[in-house]
Amino acid sequence: MTDTTIPAAASFQVGDEIPELSTPPISRLTLALYAGASGDHNPIHVDLDFARYHGMDDVFAHGMLATAYLGRMLTNWIPQSAIRSFGVRFVAISQVHDELSCRGVIRRKYQDNQETLVDLELTVSNQQGEAKVVGEATIALPAD
Amino acid sequence: MIDPAHIGYRFEPHTQTVEAGRLRFFARTIGETNPVYSNQQAARSAGYPDVLVPPTFLFCLDMDTDNPYGYLNDLGIELAKVLHGKQHFRYHLPAFAGDQLTFRSVITDIYSKKEGALEFLVRETTVHRVDEKLADLSSTIIVRHS
Repeated sequence: MTDTTIPAAASFQVGDEIPELSTPPISRLTLALYAGASGDHNPIHVDLDFARYHGMDDVFAHGMLATAYLGRMLTNWIPQSAIRSFGVRFVAISQVHDELSCRGVIRRKYQDNQETLVDLELTVSNQQGEAKVVGEATIALPAD
Repeated sequence: MIDPAHIGYRFEPHTQTVEAGRLRFFARTIGETNPVYSNQQAARSAGYPDVLVPPTFLFCLDMDTDNPYGYLNDLGIELAKVLHGKQHFRYHLPAFAGDQLTFRSVITDIYSKKEGALEFLVRETTVHRVDEKLADLSSTIIVRHS
């Protein structure tokens, strides 16, 4: 999808769910690649010896990996230029083998300075339905 | 306890060039298949000047310093006790491959919960391309003492 046209505000309503995004199980390879691609080389995510030495049972995923998946869900849905703000809170650690699903629901639609804005509630959960990340995003839409 | 005197701690500003190859690597890693995030021609066909920087990548570029966790030493915090608590982005303008982006960060808050078992560090970052502000970032780091 390379369309950069932002859909009109009329096409979005409070309560609408945006298309969800499912991701493959987090592997150790995913974490190694994410460490390199992101530049976050914190060993707790890739070095099992380091993680165990510091009392963890295993390495665990970067919170920003799940956040990047949420970003993908948003830009699959609307062009990136429509995103005014995007925030997340990490509520639980995402473990190796977790299969993360991203969801977004429109919670508010309002006018601000000639623009229509919608606020989305975002969640990332694993295959057991455990919430890992909660967040919100504000999207600006052209007038109807 | 993190000394609250560190509120106001300023990070050394740094400037990073957005590399197209790195954006491709990032896109492949996170499973992003929209070519505007990896291919210059596709980005230009879509009306962008170059490959588009995806929503969370500014956070990554801010870690491209020689010692991105060095400030933890300055504050007496052990890296293994650190978790990412919150992250927020406010976007003003898009960034593209080839851009030179300057990151300026300051610690704006330090507080604790659960009688000091958890401490929180809030870091605010601005991202500029020369004089244009592209984004404001806010990160909350949790330090676990239990």
